[in-house]
Amino acid sequence: MAQRHLRKFKAIVVGGSAGSLEIVLKIAEALPLAGIVCILVVHRRNDPDSALAHLIAAKSKLKVREVEDKETIAGDVIYLAPPDYHLLVETDVNFALDASEKVHFSRPSIDVCFESAAAIYGDALIGVLLSGANADGAAGLKMIRDAGGFCIVQNPATAEVPYMPQQAINQDAADEVVDGGEIHKFIVEMLQRNTPIRKQN
Amino acid sequence: MEGPILTDENLTLLLDELYQSYGYDFTSYARASLKRRVSRLMMLEKLNGFSELFYRLRHEDDYLKKVVGELTVNVTEMFRDPTFFRALRESVLPILATHPFVRIWHAGCASGEEVYSMAILLEEAGILEKSLLYATDLNPAVIENIQKGIFPLSQMRQYSENYIASGGKKDFSSYYTAKYEYAKFDGRFKKKMIAATHNLVSDRSFNEFQLILCRNVLIYFDKDLQDRVLTLFNDSLEKLGFLALGSKENLRYSSVAKSFSQFSIKEKIWRKGI
Repeated sequence: MAQRHLRKFKAIVVGGSAGSLEIVLKIAEALPLAGIVCILVVHRRNDPDSALAHLIAAKSKLKVREVEDKETIAGDVIYLAPPDYHLLVETDVNFALDASEKVHFSRPSIDVCFESAAAIYGDALIGVLLSGANADGAAGLKMIRDAGGFCIVQNPATAEVPYMPQQAINQDAADEVVDGGEIHKFIVEMLQRNTPIRKQN
Repeated sequence: MEGPILTDENLTLLLDELYQSYGYDFTSYARASLKRRVSRLMMLEKLNGFSELFYRLRHEDDYLKKVVGELTVNVTEMFRDPTFFRALRESVLPILATHPFVRIWHAGCASGEEVYSMAILLEEAGILEKSLLYATDLNPAVIENIQKGIFPLSQMRQYSENYIASGGKKDFSSYYTAKYEYAKFDGRFKKKMIAATHNLVSDRSFNEFQLILCRNVLIYFDKDLQDRVLTLFNDSLEKLGFLALGSKENLRYSSVAKSFSQFSIKEKIWRKGI
Protein backbone atom coordinates (compact mmCIF):
# COMPACT_ATOMS: atom_id res chain seq x y z
CA MET A 1 0.00 0.00 0.00
CA ALA A 2 2.91 2.31 0.64
CA GLN A 3 3.42 2.87 -3.03
CA ARG A 4 -0.19 3.76 -3.52
CA HIS A 5 0.20 6.72 -1.20
CA LEU A 6 3.13 8.04 -3.19
CA ARG A 7 1.14 8.24 -6.36
CA LYS A 8 0.97 11.63 -7.98
CA PHE A 9 -2.00 12.45 -10.15
CA LYS A 10 -1.08 14.08 -13.43
CA ALA A 11 -4.42 14.34 -15.14
CA ILE A 12 -8.15 14.31 -14.64
CA VAL A 13 -10.70 13.44 -17.33
CA VAL A 14 -14.33 14.39 -16.87
CA GLY A 15 -17.17 13.06 -19.01
CA GLY A 16 -20.71 14.37 -18.93
CA SER A 17 -23.85 14.51 -20.97
CA ALA A 18 -27.39 15.71 -20.34
CA GLY A 19 -27.63 17.45 -16.96
CA SER A 20 -23.88 17.62 -16.30
CA LEU A 21 -23.08 21.24 -17.11
CA GLU A 22 -23.60 22.65 -13.63
CA ILE A 23 -21.21 20.14 -12.07
CA VAL A 24 -18.66 20.56 -14.87
CA LEU A 25 -18.63 24.28 -14.10
CA LYS A 26 -18.24 23.65 -10.37
CA ILE A 27 -15.27 21.37 -11.02
CA ALA A 28 -13.70 23.93 -13.36
CA GLU A 29 -14.15 26.62 -10.72
CA ALA A 30 -12.70 24.51 -7.90
CA LEU A 31 -9.62 23.11 -9.65
CA PRO A 32 -6.45 24.55 -8.09
CA LEU A 33 -3.34 25.62 -9.99
CA ALA A 34 -1.40 22.46 -9.22
CA GLY A 35 0.03 21.50 -12.59
CA ILE A 36 -2.80 19.09 -13.36
CA VAL A 37 -4.01 18.44 -16.90
CA CYS A 38 -7.80 18.56 -17.06
CA ILE A 39 -9.68 17.10 -20.01
CA LEU A 40 -13.42 17.65 -20.46
CA VAL A 41 -15.62 15.63 -22.78
CA VAL A 42 -19.15 16.95 -22.80
CA HIS A 43 -21.83 15.90 -25.26
CA ARG A 44 -23.25 19.01 -26.87
CA ARG A 45 -24.52 20.46 -30.07
CA ASN A 46 -22.06 21.62 -32.68
CA ASP A 47 -21.62 25.26 -31.84
CA PRO A 48 -18.85 26.94 -33.80
CA ASP A 49 -18.59 29.86 -31.41
CA SER A 50 -17.28 27.81 -28.48
CA ALA A 51 -19.78 29.22 -26.01
CA LEU A 52 -18.97 26.43 -23.56
CA ALA A 53 -15.24 27.26 -23.57
CA HIS A 54 -16.03 30.88 -22.74
CA LEU A 55 -18.41 29.84 -19.99
CA ILE A 56 -15.79 27.62 -18.37
CA ALA A 57 -13.01 30.17 -18.81
CA ALA A 58 -15.10 32.73 -16.96
CA LYS A 59 -15.21 30.44 -13.91
CA SER A 60 -11.80 28.83 -13.75
CA LYS A 61 -8.32 29.79 -12.56
CA LEU A 62 -6.92 27.47 -15.22
CA LYS A 63 -6.55 28.34 -18.89
CA VAL A 64 -9.21 26.86 -21.14
CA ARG A 65 -8.53 25.54 -24.62
CA GLU A 66 -10.83 23.92 -27.13
CA VAL A 67 -8.38 21.37 -28.51
CA GLU A 68 -6.92 21.78 -31.99
CA ASP A 69 -5.15 19.05 -33.90
CA LYS A 70 -1.89 17.84 -32.26
CA GLU A 71 -2.22 20.40 -29.50
CA THR A 72 0.54 20.20 -26.91
CA ILE A 73 -0.56 19.04 -23.47
CA ALA A 74 0.40 21.23 -20.53
CA GLY A 75 -0.51 21.39 -16.85
CA ASP A 76 -2.89 23.99 -15.42
CA VAL A 77 -4.98 23.91 -18.57
CA ILE A 78 -8.54 22.68 -19.08
CA TYR A 79 -8.82 21.04 -22.49
CA LEU A 80 -12.26 20.83 -23.99
CA ALA A 81 -13.07 18.19 -26.63
CA PRO A 82 -14.24 20.10 -29.73
CA PRO A 83 -17.70 19.34 -31.09
CA ASP A 84 -17.90 16.70 -33.81
CA TYR A 85 -14.44 15.20 -33.15
CA HIS A 86 -13.23 12.40 -30.94
CA LEU A 87 -10.45 13.58 -28.65
CA LEU A 88 -7.58 11.18 -28.03
CA VAL A 89 -4.55 11.50 -25.82
CA GLU A 90 -1.87 10.54 -28.34
CA THR A 91 1.18 10.73 -26.07
CA ASP A 92 1.81 12.43 -22.74
CA VAL A 93 2.74 15.56 -24.69
CA ASN A 94 0.07 15.86 -27.34
CA PHE A 95 -3.53 15.22 -28.29
CA ALA A 96 -4.93 13.88 -31.55
CA LEU A 97 -8.37 14.44 -33.04
CA ASP A 98 -10.37 11.88 -34.94
CA ALA A 99 -13.50 12.41 -37.06
CA SER A 100 -14.39 8.71 -37.35
CA GLU A 101 -17.72 6.99 -36.67
CA LYS A 102 -19.78 8.11 -33.69
CA VAL A 103 -19.59 5.86 -30.63
CA HIS A 104 -22.84 5.49 -28.66
CA PHE A 105 -24.30 8.09 -31.05
CA SER A 106 -21.71 10.52 -29.76
CA ARG A 107 -18.78 12.45 -31.20
CA PRO A 108 -16.91 13.34 -29.09
CA SER A 109 -17.31 10.02 -27.33
CA ILE A 110 -16.37 9.83 -23.67
CA ASP A 111 -15.34 6.17 -24.09
CA VAL A 112 -12.85 7.02 -26.83
CA CYS A 113 -11.20 9.78 -24.84
CA PHE A 114 -11.14 7.84 -21.56
CA GLU A 115 -9.63 4.76 -23.22
CA SER A 116 -6.78 6.74 -24.77
CA ALA A 117 -6.16 8.65 -21.52
CA ALA A 118 -6.04 5.39 -19.53
CA ALA A 119 -3.37 4.03 -21.89
CA ILE A 120 -1.16 7.09 -21.44
CA TYR A 121 -1.67 8.07 -17.80
CA GLY A 122 -2.29 4.70 -16.10
CA ASP A 123 -2.58 5.16 -12.33
CA ALA A 124 -1.81 8.88 -12.49
CA LEU A 125 -5.31 9.56 -13.80
CA ILE A 126 -8.58 10.49 -12.16
CA GLY A 127 -11.70 9.65 -14.19
CA VAL A 128 -15.02 11.33 -13.46
CA LEU A 129 -18.36 10.41 -15.00
CA LEU A 130 -21.42 12.60 -14.53
CA SER A 131 -25.11 12.79 -15.38
CA GLY A 132 -26.29 11.64 -18.82
CA ALA A 133 -28.88 9.75 -20.82
CA ASN A 134 -26.40 7.61 -22.73
CA ALA A 135 -24.28 4.49 -22.19
CA ASP A 136 -21.17 6.35 -23.35
CA GLY A 137 -18.42 6.65 -20.75
CA ALA A 138 -19.02 3.51 -18.66
CA ALA A 139 -16.69 1.23 -20.65
CA GLY A 140 -14.04 3.96 -20.86
CA LEU A 141 -14.20 4.58 -17.12
CA LYS A 142 -13.76 0.86 -16.51
CA MET A 143 -10.61 0.97 -18.63
CA ILE A 144 -9.27 3.82 -16.51
CA ARG A 145 -9.96 1.79 -13.42
CA ASP A 146 -8.38 -1.36 -14.88
CA ALA A 147 -5.29 0.67 -15.77
CA GLY A 148 -4.96 1.72 -12.13
CA GLY A 149 -6.62 5.12 -12.33
CA PHE A 150 -9.08 6.36 -9.71
CA CYS A 151 -12.71 6.58 -10.80
CA ILE A 152 -15.41 8.84 -9.42
CA VAL A 153 -19.03 8.42 -10.48
CA GLN A 154 -21.80 10.85 -9.71
CA ASN A 155 -24.39 9.34 -7.38
CA PRO A 156 -27.24 8.58 -9.82
CA ALA A 157 -29.77 9.64 -7.18
CA THR A 158 -28.32 13.16 -7.41
CA ALA A 159 -28.06 13.20 -11.22
CA GLU A 160 -30.53 15.03 -13.43
CA VAL A 161 -30.35 12.00 -15.74
CA PRO A 162 -29.15 8.93 -13.79
CA TYR A 163 -28.66 6.53 -16.72
CA MET A 164 -25.00 7.21 -17.53
CA PRO A 165 -23.57 7.08 -14.00
CA GLN A 166 -25.73 4.03 -13.25
CA GLN A 167 -24.22 2.22 -16.25
CA ALA A 168 -20.75 2.90 -14.87
CA ILE A 169 -21.68 1.56 -11.45
CA ASN A 170 -23.25 -1.53 -13.03
CA GLN A 171 -20.03 -2.17 -14.93
CA ASP A 172 -17.98 -1.94 -11.75
CA ALA A 173 -16.20 1.15 -12.98
CA ALA A 174 -16.53 3.23 -9.79
CA ASP A 175 -14.00 3.50 -6.98
CA GLU A 176 -16.21 6.07 -5.32
CA VAL A 177 -19.79 7.20 -5.84
CA VAL A 178 -20.15 10.85 -4.84
CA ASP A 179 -23.13 13.22 -4.70
CA GLY A 180 -23.19 15.71 -7.57
CA GLY A 181 -22.82 18.73 -5.32
CA GLU A 182 -19.76 17.25 -3.56
CA ILE A 183 -17.68 16.03 -6.49
CA HIS A 184 -15.65 19.21 -6.91
CA LYS A 185 -14.64 19.22 -3.23
CA PHE A 186 -13.82 15.53 -3.37
CA ILE A 187 -11.50 16.08 -6.34
CA VAL A 188 -9.72 19.02 -4.78
CA GLU A 189 -9.11 17.13 -1.57
CA MET A 190 -7.75 14.18 -3.50
CA LEU A 191 -5.39 16.39 -5.48
CA GLN A 192 -4.16 18.03 -2.29
CA ARG A 193 -3.46 14.69 -0.68
CA ASN A 194 -2.14 13.23 -3.93
CA THR A 195 -3.74 9.97 -3.02
CA PRO A 196 -7.16 8.39 -3.40
CA ILE A 197 -9.56 8.94 -0.56
CA ARG A 198 -10.74 5.59 0.66
CA LYS A 199 -13.72 5.28 2.91
CA GLN A 200 -12.94 3.70 6.27
CA ASN A 201 -14.67 0.38 6.66
CA MET B 1 -13.58 -0.37 -27.42
CA GLU B 2 -14.26 -3.97 -26.46
CA GLY B 3 -12.82 -6.82 -28.46
CA PRO B 4 -9.58 -8.68 -29.02
CA ILE B 5 -6.44 -7.19 -27.55
CA LEU B 6 -4.03 -5.28 -29.77
CA THR B 7 -0.60 -4.45 -28.39
CA ASP B 8 1.74 -1.73 -29.63
CA GLU B 9 4.05 -4.49 -30.90
CA ASN B 10 1.16 -5.98 -32.92
CA LEU B 11 0.47 -2.62 -34.48
CA THR B 12 4.10 -2.10 -35.42
CA LEU B 13 4.22 -5.57 -36.97
CA LEU B 14 1.11 -4.84 -39.05
CA LEU B 15 2.43 -1.48 -40.24
CA ASP B 16 5.76 -3.06 -41.25
CA GLU B 17 3.95 -5.75 -43.20
CA LEU B 18 1.67 -3.26 -44.97
CA TYR B 19 4.64 -1.17 -45.96
CA GLN B 20 7.19 -3.81 -46.91
CA SER B 21 4.86 -6.23 -48.68
CA TYR B 22 2.27 -3.89 -50.16
CA GLY B 23 3.77 -0.40 -50.22
CA TYR B 24 1.12 1.19 -47.96
CA ASP B 25 2.96 3.41 -45.51
CA PHE B 26 0.94 4.08 -42.37
CA THR B 27 4.00 4.44 -40.15
CA SER B 28 3.60 8.22 -39.92
CA TYR B 29 -0.05 8.09 -38.93
CA ALA B 30 -1.06 9.20 -35.46
CA ARG B 31 -0.89 6.07 -33.31
CA ALA B 32 -3.89 6.39 -30.99
CA SER B 33 -6.37 6.67 -33.86
CA LEU B 34 -4.69 3.95 -35.86
CA LYS B 35 -4.87 1.56 -32.95
CA ARG B 36 -8.59 2.20 -32.68
CA ARG B 37 -9.00 1.51 -36.40
CA VAL B 38 -7.26 -1.85 -36.17
CA SER B 39 -9.21 -2.82 -33.04
CA ARG B 40 -12.40 -1.83 -34.81
CA LEU B 41 -11.51 -3.94 -37.85
CA MET B 42 -10.80 -6.95 -35.64
CA MET B 43 -14.14 -6.50 -33.92
CA LEU B 44 -16.15 -6.01 -37.13
CA GLU B 45 -14.49 -9.06 -38.68
CA LYS B 46 -15.06 -11.04 -35.47
CA LEU B 47 -11.41 -12.05 -35.39
CA ASN B 48 -10.11 -14.03 -32.43
CA GLY B 49 -6.91 -12.09 -32.21
CA PHE B 50 -4.16 -10.27 -33.98
CA SER B 51 -2.59 -13.44 -35.38
CA GLU B 52 -5.77 -14.19 -37.30
CA LEU B 53 -5.72 -10.72 -38.83
CA PHE B 54 -2.11 -11.15 -39.82
CA TYR B 55 -2.73 -14.61 -41.27
CA ARG B 56 -5.68 -13.50 -43.36
CA LEU B 57 -3.80 -10.49 -44.66
CA ARG B 58 -1.03 -12.77 -45.90
CA HIS B 59 -3.15 -15.58 -47.28
CA GLU B 60 -6.47 -14.21 -48.45
CA ASP B 61 -6.89 -12.37 -51.71
CA ASP B 62 -8.63 -9.03 -51.27
CA TYR B 63 -8.05 -8.93 -47.52
CA LEU B 64 -5.54 -6.13 -48.04
CA LYS B 65 -8.27 -4.01 -49.58
CA LYS B 66 -10.41 -4.56 -46.50
CA VAL B 67 -7.59 -3.67 -44.11
CA VAL B 68 -6.64 -0.52 -46.00
CA GLY B 69 -10.32 0.42 -46.27
CA GLU B 70 -10.81 0.11 -42.52
CA LEU B 71 -7.56 1.77 -41.47
CA THR B 72 -8.53 4.98 -43.18
CA VAL B 73 -11.48 6.96 -41.86
CA ASN B 74 -14.15 7.37 -44.52
CA VAL B 75 -16.73 9.18 -42.46
CA THR B 76 -17.84 12.43 -44.03
CA GLU B 77 -21.01 14.31 -44.89
CA MET B 78 -22.29 16.78 -47.45
CA PHE B 79 -21.81 20.43 -46.52
CA ARG B 80 -20.06 19.41 -43.28
CA ASP B 81 -19.50 22.66 -41.34
CA PRO B 82 -22.04 24.75 -43.27
CA THR B 83 -20.33 28.01 -42.32
CA PHE B 84 -17.24 26.81 -44.18
CA PHE B 85 -19.27 26.25 -47.34
CA ARG B 86 -20.89 29.62 -46.89
CA ALA B 87 -17.44 31.21 -46.86
CA LEU B 88 -16.52 29.35 -50.04
CA ARG B 89 -19.76 30.45 -51.66
CA GLU B 90 -19.47 34.09 -50.66
CA SER B 91 -15.75 34.78 -50.69
CA VAL B 92 -13.77 32.18 -52.64
CA LEU B 93 -15.95 31.23 -55.61
CA PRO B 94 -16.35 34.82 -56.85
CA ILE B 95 -12.54 34.97 -57.14
CA LEU B 96 -12.31 31.57 -58.85
CA ALA B 97 -15.02 32.71 -61.27
CA THR B 98 -12.58 35.22 -62.78
CA HIS B 99 -10.36 32.38 -64.09
CA PRO B 100 -10.93 30.87 -67.55
CA PHE B 101 -10.67 27.38 -66.06
CA VAL B 102 -11.08 26.25 -62.48
CA ARG B 103 -9.19 23.25 -61.14
CA ILE B 104 -10.00 22.02 -57.64
CA TRP B 105 -8.37 19.13 -55.77
CA HIS B 106 -10.18 17.24 -53.01
CA ALA B 107 -7.29 15.39 -51.36
CA GLY B 108 -8.37 12.43 -49.24
CA CYS B 109 -11.94 12.80 -50.45
CA ALA B 110 -13.28 9.52 -48.96
CA SER B 111 -16.66 8.62 -50.43
CA GLY B 112 -17.04 11.98 -52.15
CA GLU B 113 -19.70 13.86 -50.20
CA GLU B 114 -17.56 16.99 -50.18
CA VAL B 115 -16.87 16.74 -53.92
CA TYR B 116 -20.58 16.62 -54.72
CA SER B 117 -21.21 19.52 -52.32
CA MET B 118 -18.60 21.52 -54.18
CA ALA B 119 -20.08 20.65 -57.57
CA ILE B 120 -23.43 21.95 -56.37
CA LEU B 121 -21.82 25.19 -55.16
CA LEU B 122 -20.03 25.63 -58.48
CA GLU B 123 -23.23 25.11 -60.42
CA GLU B 124 -25.07 27.64 -58.28
CA ALA B 125 -22.21 30.09 -58.89
CA GLY B 126 -22.56 29.46 -62.62
CA ILE B 127 -19.02 28.10 -63.06
CA LEU B 128 -19.43 24.33 -63.01
CA GLU B 129 -19.04 24.13 -66.79
CA LYS B 130 -15.52 25.53 -66.74
CA SER B 131 -14.48 23.62 -63.61
CA LEU B 132 -12.82 20.27 -63.05
CA LEU B 133 -12.88 18.57 -59.67
CA TYR B 134 -10.06 16.14 -58.96
CA ALA B 135 -11.07 13.71 -56.22
CA THR B 136 -8.36 11.48 -54.79
CA ASP B 137 -8.10 8.99 -51.98
CA LEU B 138 -5.74 6.13 -51.22
CA ASN B 139 -8.67 3.77 -50.80
CA PRO B 140 -9.81 2.41 -54.21
CA ALA B 141 -13.25 1.38 -52.91
CA VAL B 142 -14.35 4.89 -52.09
CA ILE B 143 -13.28 6.18 -55.50
CA GLU B 144 -15.84 3.85 -57.08
CA ASN B 145 -18.53 5.54 -55.05
CA ILE B 146 -17.74 8.94 -56.51
CA GLN B 147 -18.17 7.57 -59.99
CA LYS B 148 -21.57 6.15 -59.05
CA GLY B 149 -22.76 9.31 -57.31
CA ILE B 150 -24.88 7.28 -54.91
CA PHE B 151 -25.34 8.13 -51.24
CA PRO B 152 -27.64 6.79 -48.50
CA LEU B 153 -31.08 8.35 -48.67
CA SER B 154 -31.30 8.33 -44.88
CA GLN B 155 -28.63 11.07 -44.74
CA MET B 156 -30.41 13.48 -47.07
CA ARG B 157 -32.42 15.25 -44.42
CA GLN B 158 -29.25 16.19 -42.54
CA TYR B 159 -27.50 17.18 -45.78
CA SER B 160 -30.44 19.30 -46.82
CA GLU B 161 -30.27 21.15 -43.48
CA ASN B 162 -26.53 21.65 -43.94
CA TYR B 163 -27.10 22.88 -47.49
CA ILE B 164 -29.61 25.49 -46.37
CA ALA B 165 -27.32 26.58 -43.51
CA SER B 166 -24.54 27.05 -46.08
CA GLY B 167 -26.68 29.59 -47.92
CA GLY B 168 -28.32 27.20 -50.40
CA LYS B 169 -31.57 28.57 -51.82
CA LYS B 170 -32.87 25.66 -53.84
CA ASP B 171 -34.75 22.54 -52.96
CA PHE B 172 -31.88 20.17 -52.16
CA SER B 173 -33.87 17.16 -53.37
CA SER B 174 -33.86 18.61 -56.87
CA TYR B 175 -30.22 17.50 -57.15
CA TYR B 176 -30.86 13.78 -56.78
CA THR B 177 -33.30 11.02 -57.59
CA ALA B 178 -34.39 8.78 -54.75
CA LYS B 179 -34.25 5.11 -55.54
CA TYR B 180 -34.89 2.49 -52.86
CA GLU B 181 -32.66 3.51 -49.97
CA TYR B 182 -30.30 5.54 -52.14
CA ALA B 183 -30.06 9.04 -53.53
CA LYS B 184 -28.46 9.18 -56.95
CA PHE B 185 -26.98 12.55 -57.84
CA ASP B 186 -27.44 13.90 -61.32
CA GLY B 187 -24.87 12.77 -63.91
CA ARG B 188 -23.96 16.34 -64.85
CA PHE B 189 -21.92 16.59 -61.64
CA LYS B 190 -20.00 13.39 -62.23
CA LYS B 191 -19.02 14.60 -65.70
CA LYS B 192 -16.92 17.33 -64.09
CA MET B 193 -15.11 14.99 -61.66
CA ILE B 194 -11.93 13.02 -62.09
CA ALA B 195 -11.58 10.37 -59.39
CA ALA B 196 -8.32 8.51 -58.88
CA THR B 197 -6.27 6.82 -56.19
CA HIS B 198 -3.52 8.97 -54.77
CA ASN B 199 -1.58 8.38 -51.58
CA LEU B 200 -0.60 11.60 -49.84
CA VAL B 201 2.19 9.75 -48.05
CA SER B 202 4.02 8.53 -51.12
CA ASP B 203 2.62 10.11 -54.30
CA ARG B 204 3.60 13.42 -55.77
CA SER B 205 2.00 16.52 -57.19
CA PHE B 206 0.11 15.88 -60.46
CA ASN B 207 -1.30 19.26 -61.46
CA GLU B 208 -1.67 22.89 -60.44
CA PHE B 209 -4.86 23.99 -58.74
CA GLN B 210 -6.61 27.15 -57.69
CA LEU B 211 -8.18 25.49 -54.68
CA ILE B 212 -7.16 22.45 -52.65
CA LEU B 213 -9.42 21.02 -49.96
CA CYS B 214 -8.02 18.58 -47.45
CA ARG B 215 -10.32 18.63 -44.45
CA ASN B 216 -9.98 16.22 -41.54
CA VAL B 217 -7.28 14.17 -43.21
CA LEU B 218 -4.16 15.70 -41.66
CA ILE B 219 -5.50 14.96 -38.17
CA TYR B 220 -4.59 11.32 -38.77
CA PHE B 221 -0.96 12.14 -39.60
CA ASP B 222 1.95 12.89 -37.30
CA LYS B 223 3.55 16.33 -37.49
CA ASP B 224 6.36 15.37 -39.87
CA LEU B 225 3.98 13.83 -42.36
CA GLN B 226 1.65 16.81 -42.03
CA ASP B 227 4.53 19.03 -42.97
CA ARG B 228 5.41 16.93 -46.01
CA VAL B 229 1.80 16.92 -47.21
CA LEU B 230 1.43 20.67 -46.72
CA THR B 231 4.59 21.12 -48.80
CA LEU B 232 2.99 18.97 -51.50
CA PHE B 233 -0.08 21.22 -51.42
CA ASN B 234 2.07 24.32 -51.62
CA ASP B 235 3.79 22.88 -54.69
CA SER B 236 0.43 22.02 -56.23
CA LEU B 237 -1.19 25.42 -55.81
CA GLU B 238 -1.06 28.32 -58.23
CA LYS B 239 0.01 31.68 -56.89
CA LEU B 240 -2.94 33.21 -55.03
CA GLY B 241 -4.54 29.78 -54.83
CA PHE B 242 -6.58 28.68 -51.83
CA LEU B 243 -6.01 25.91 -49.29
CA ALA B 244 -8.84 24.71 -47.05
CA LEU B 245 -8.27 22.52 -43.98
CA GLY B 246 -10.60 21.05 -41.34
CA SER B 247 -12.02 23.25 -38.62
CA LYS B 248 -9.47 22.09 -36.01
CA GLU B 249 -6.48 21.84 -38.32
CA ASN B 250 -3.85 24.52 -38.77
CA LEU B 251 -0.84 25.22 -40.93
CA ARG B 252 0.45 27.79 -38.48
CA TYR B 253 3.29 25.54 -37.25
CA SER B 254 4.32 24.07 -40.59
CA SER B 255 7.31 25.09 -42.67
CA VAL B 256 5.03 26.38 -45.47
CA ALA B 257 3.17 28.77 -43.17
CA LYS B 258 5.17 31.75 -44.43
CA SER B 259 3.94 31.16 -48.00
CA PHE B 260 0.32 31.60 -46.94
CA SER B 261 -1.91 34.15 -45.28
CA GLN B 262 -5.15 33.34 -43.55
CA PHE B 263 -7.96 34.30 -45.93
CA SER B 264 -10.93 33.83 -43.63
CA ILE B 265 -10.78 34.69 -39.94
CA LYS B 266 -13.36 32.17 -38.83
CA GLU B 267 -12.88 29.38 -41.36
CA LYS B 268 -9.69 27.45 -42.04
CA ILE B 269 -9.02 28.91 -45.48
CA TRP B 270 -5.57 30.18 -46.43
CA ARG B 271 -4.38 31.93 -49.58
CA LYS B 272 -1.00 31.43 -51.15
CA GLY B 273 1.12 34.54 -51.69
CA ILE B 274 2.63 35.78 -54.93
